[in-house]
Amino acid sequence: MDLLLEGFSTALTPTNLLFAVLGVLLGTAVGVLPGIGPAMTVALLLPVTYSVPADSALIMFAGIYYGGMYGGSTTSILLNTPGESSSVITALEGNKMAKTGRAAQALATAAIGSFVAGTIGTVLLILLAPKVGPLVVQLGAPSYFAIMLVALVSVTVVLGSSKLRGFIALFLGLALGLVGMTSGQPRMTFGFAELSDGIEIVVVAVAIFALGEALWVAAHLRHKPLEVIPVGQPWMSRSDWSRSWKPWLRGTALGFPFGALPAGGAEVPTFLSYVTERRLSKHPEEFGKGAIEGVAGPEAANNASAAGTLLPMLALGLPTTATAAVILVAFESYGLQPGPQFMSQNEDLVWALLASLFVANTLLLVLNLPLAPVWAKLLRIPRPYLYAGILFFATLGAYSASTSPFDLGLLLVLGVLGFAMRRFGIPVLPLIIGVILGPRLEEQLSEALQISRGDYSTLWGEPVAIICYLLMGLLVASLVVARLRSPRPTTPTSVTEKDEVNT
Amino acid sequence: MPEQTQQTPETTSTTRPVIDNAQYVMAAFLAVTGGYVAFNGTQMRGGTSKDFLPPSTFAYIVGAVLLLLSVLLAVATARGDAPESEEGEDVDLSSGSDVRTLVLLAAVLCVNVFLIEPLGWPITGAILFTGAAWVLGSRHWVRDIAIGVALSFGTFYAFYLGLDVPLPAGILNGVL
Repeated sequence: MDLLLEGFSTALTPTNLLFAVLGVLLGTAVGVLPGIGPAMTVALLLPVTYSVPADSALIMFAGIYYGGMYGGSTTSILLNTPGESSSVITALEGNKMAKTGRAAQALATAAIGSFVAGTIGTVLLILLAPKVGPLVVQLGAPSYFAIMLVALVSVTVVLGSSKLRGFIALFLGLALGLVGMTSGQPRMTFGFAELSDGIEIVVVAVAIFALGEALWVAAHLRHKPLEVIPVGQPWMSRSDWSRSWKPWLRGTALGFPFGALPAGGAEVPTFLSYVTERRLSKHPEEFGKGAIEGVAGPEAANNASAAGTLLPMLALGLPTTATAAVILVAFESYGLQPGPQFMSQNEDLVWALLASLFVANTLLLVLNLPLAPVWAKLLRIPRPYLYAGILFFATLGAYSASTSPFDLGLLLVLGVLGFAMRRFGIPVLPLIIGVILGPRLEEQLSEALQISRGDYSTLWGEPVAIICYLLMGLLVASLVVARLRSPRPTTPTSVTEKDEVNT
Repeated sequence: MPEQTQQTPETTSTTRPVIDNAQYVMAAFLAVTGGYVAFNGTQMRGGTSKDFLPPSTFAYIVGAVLLLLSVLLAVATARGDAPESEEGEDVDLSSGSDVRTLVLLAAVLCVNVFLIEPLGWPITGAILFTGAAWVLGSRHWVRDIAIGVALSFGTFYAFYLGLDVPLPAGILNGVL
């Protein structure tokens, strides 16, 4: 408790509070702006880590993280085209509500639900993080290796409809992670001295998230403008409140555990929350026509899972969402390595970050309810400027990472790869996680083999490792079963999800 | 579903699946990458005796799996597996990729790669923004250039004064 109060005293200094406000505003703005998500924003803002102190920068990123989640839901309510995969479900009922003149209520239940879920999620994070810390310190290299392997496999197979494309992304990422000097010899450097330290992850993140996305959208730019539903001040009536509070709590209960699992992501819990609410609702006939429960539940699940994601990231150094992956890059540019020792060695920083999550969450509610009409206007920004601006800041971010034109060339090459991945339906998340975890996977394996003097059986010599391999086996087996049952090679979730969107 | 909207009427009338030929290019790219990764592994010296995990091991594994994935992708493509291209707020998938826009944007970015040090960021940054806005369809020259110049000079000073990151001043060195 003392530690948390100390964290608040760091988070509430005027400077840090300013960074939190900035983060929340920026995060919401870019969450609302089409084509930009929270991961891209944090990637574009990585240059600030070169001189802004670690606590301020991380507080700002916490604001962006929560703000981006909220902004994404605004777009999917006011336009029927969700920008982030986690707000696909919100669009189902949210846009229908907006079309029947209930945009204000949809935005309000999303904002308040996000606040409730984010607060509960952060409390859970604060309760669990100190407990998990000492546990993971005891893990040996074999267990750590197994956990990373499970995270890589589950992130790859759980998300997206094509497992093949997931693995393509993962192994492209691992291949990029191989670049650099190992044991005093160059590996995959193509003879470039600039590559001997490995590819700068900042460049990979900016290229894949920002440049690839901007090029993809530019090549398919919609020529007629989207229809934005006008909105006033968000508010809710008494009956809206009584219909919303239970879905908020149920959504939170679903979202946090899914976020905290190393398989992460908000797609599964938001979908489960939607299905649950439809089943439990007293107004099932309203579903598909704009039921408020269908916005309240998934939005809460979305934010709770965002809080849950931070648990494996801080305790194990395992990012399971794109935004968490980029925040991890930010940690690394401060020379901080989240993982087993991180929590005990950087207590002040961790508690300041946790406290700032509360601050960000509260600011989000205070700022966003009155600002909703302003955000809706942001949707009208001329597209040439929006995408030219993304290209401009992507270039700036990549150049400032090492102040070398070589990195700009690399940015362009990887940006084209990012474009191709979008064209061929290859998910970007496994790639970025492969780049980050690949080298660490090799490091842990090397350490494990060093200790066992080259005996590979050490890899299944620890109970945690055995559990991980069993889990992985179960996951793969369940996929095989699911595939045998349904003639189409997609997971049951994504099939139903698409049916919902089409109705 | 995106793959249905992408299909033209003549293809939906036949029962034979549509083959996305461009996917073979992706498969070929994977094969080349995998081949290079594995080949690079063979070029490395064997590990010393105390090195239980030689640096080539991961290269062999990643290279071999990439080769396998390229074969699987090629087979899936031949069987009519179509990719689900990414959707988004501003994305219109009803027509194919606009190659002209892509090539022009890549050209604008290339100009920046080669000229950033000789000319300096305030100039190439402005060219980058204005050029990209033009490629994307903006025709308000004065406004485009004004925003581009404001952004590039603004970021130059913000990075120099605020973040202590000196961006290249190029030919304006001494003026700024």
